[in-house]
Amino acid sequence: MLYRESGQFKTTYASDQAVFPIFQDKIGIALILVIAFVVIPYFGNDFFLNAVMIPFLIFSLAAIGLNLLIGYTGLLSLGTGAFMGVGAYACYKLATIFPGVNILVWVVASGFVAALVGVFFGLPSLRIKGFYLAIATLAAQFFLQWCFIRIPWLVNYNISNAIEVPTRTLYGVAVTGPTATPFARYFVVLVIVVAMTWLASNLVRGRIGRMWMAVRDMDIAAELMGIRLLSTKLLAFAVSSFYCGVSGALLVFLWYGSAEAEVFNINQSFFILFMVIIGGLGSLLGSFLGAALIYILPIVLRYVPSELGMPVHAATVEHLSFIIVGGLIIFFLIVEPNGLARLWAIAKQKLRVWPFPY
Amino acid sequence: MDLLYNIFINPFVQMVAAPDLLVQTLWEGLVGGVLYALIALGFVLIFKASGVFNFAQGIMVVFGALTLVGLYTILTRIGLTNVHAAAFAALALTIGVMFLLAVTVERMVLRPLVNQPDIILFMATFGLTYLLIGFGEVIFGGEPKIMITEALYLPKGSYDIKMLGGFVSLQKIDIAAAIIASVMVAGLAVFFSVTRIGRALRAVADSHKAALSVGISLEQIWVIVWFASGLVALVTGIMWAARSDVSFALQIIALRALPVLILGGFTSIPGAIVGGLIIGIGEKLGEFYWGPLLGSGIESWLAYFIALVFLLFRPQGLFGEKIIERV
Repeated sequence: MLYRESGQFKTTYASDQAVFPIFQDKIGIALILVIAFVVIPYFGNDFFLNAVMIPFLIFSLAAIGLNLLIGYTGLLSLGTGAFMGVGAYACYKLATIFPGVNILVWVVASGFVAALVGVFFGLPSLRIKGFYLAIATLAAQFFLQWCFIRIPWLVNYNISNAIEVPTRTLYGVAVTGPTATPFARYFVVLVIVVAMTWLASNLVRGRIGRMWMAVRDMDIAAELMGIRLLSTKLLAFAVSSFYCGVSGALLVFLWYGSAEAEVFNINQSFFILFMVIIGGLGSLLGSFLGAALIYILPIVLRYVPSELGMPVHAATVEHLSFIIVGGLIIFFLIVEPNGLARLWAIAKQKLRVWPFPY
Repeated sequence: MDLLYNIFINPFVQMVAAPDLLVQTLWEGLVGGVLYALIALGFVLIFKASGVFNFAQGIMVVFGALTLVGLYTILTRIGLTNVHAAAFAALALTIGVMFLLAVTVERMVLRPLVNQPDIILFMATFGLTYLLIGFGEVIFGGEPKIMITEALYLPKGSYDIKMLGGFVSLQKIDIAAAIIASVMVAGLAVFFSVTRIGRALRAVADSHKAALSVGISLEQIWVIVWFASGLVALVTGIMWAARSDVSFALQIIALRALPVLILGGFTSIPGAIVGGLIIGIGEKLGEFYWGPLLGSGIESWLAYFIALVFLLFRPQGLFGEKIIERV
């Protein structure tokens, strides 16, 4: 009833091309932003911000990065974790070599470092396709992870062989390091994620996004239409790795506080891949929904038994959550192979015609 | 200059100087390669027949081995005193479990997802991986177990052969693994080329639609194929676990076997075997002669680089079918 678009006329091409052409959607996104910027920091406690919201936003950003590559360009990559690691290590090196520079500059710069590495490991995508490419990207995953462990220069020769995040301030407020409050870190993460989501949504609607989608649908046909495969595919790898790199830097600097190479292992890559597939390929909204489901589900599973007063062993809960997550993945794929974003689209369509579905 | 010397000359000098060490390294690579080839074989069987890239193959290896050891423990506890009888009863039961697994996977995963894009099926096998890890740990516990090699009449110890001015030590279990693997591959080859089911299977591998139209039941073929690769996984699990413990850490070997797959091609059984041997030997040689240069642990990615180099020249793998694309 409320979700009706009758009476909303589009008189210019610009309004037809808008991200949210329907008035109600604009209200919806404004509401979400208000909740994210005002309501959650005001009412949420430190635990909620630190254990749920910050990682959720960071993983959403990584999922967007991977979705640009898999969902929009059709290139299957299993090296996400390693590219996140490149971002994290680059940010650490840059921030310790030049301590005076604003930390946000280095977060973005580390994204560019990750993009460079991504382009290098994206080169085989010109010859190799599909699952062959997926396994080729595993080369990046294992090689980079080996570098993280074996090159002590990357962690400034720390004895612990781990990144130890230094304290950096923005306008006098500590945003990284042990003294930073969850409140400050949440705001920094939120601003970056919102800005980069906005950027991605414009990227995929424009010429570049259309080129990517043409390559995804059939790369030979795209080539015949005059799209340069080399630059298009490598650009996809670069942008995707940029997003993953930034999210990796955020992960270590604004959430973990310190991290070993083990954080960026193959399971991290699979974890992000789950988010993309469950959320919906080729959908930015899906990246958020998938991240929410895949990240928050195990947390809920961990706390539900103890809340209900069931005396379950921690190890058993761990195993049960494996079973439940595995089962749910299969269940979701069977019910809706196009992901949660597709469910949302169906719901929206139902809403539009409700209560008279003809 | 020193680095170049260490890369291009020194390893070969070492090889010539100590030929017994070279033979030993080659042998170890060969045995590792046989096991990689077995895992890759399981992948290839399923990929050929159902087009599913089965990520769960690695966990099926662990699951098979765990089930065998777990059932053996249960059987001995309820009063089967003869260890050999218990071991073989457990083996038979485990084969039954693998068959049940195949039927369940076909019913619960493959059938509802028929005609979906490859990546969706790939993700579904991920879900299966998690399920099997969870089930295995809940039922059998997560602690490492010892494979029942003696009860299964698998030999122990090693032969020391004097040759080339030194000793070469061959583990008996490795020789047994190589023999069993060869017998199994030969058996599968005969099965595929001679029997009715084997022919139906090859027809399905060629084209699902054409096979359906001549009256071949896809469901039946899928069950058979998943069962066959379950058996391959079980054998791999026994052989691999005989060299170390049975634990979920073993699943990492599946990731080690993936380069074998791209090297040999997803659709080729000979490719899986040759690829396995190349990767196995290359990995051991690289680790032994070039490893010290880079620090240890290079075997985690070396295989991928070997495979990648081959792939740049042959994008469909060494033995894969040529990929023809039409617009």
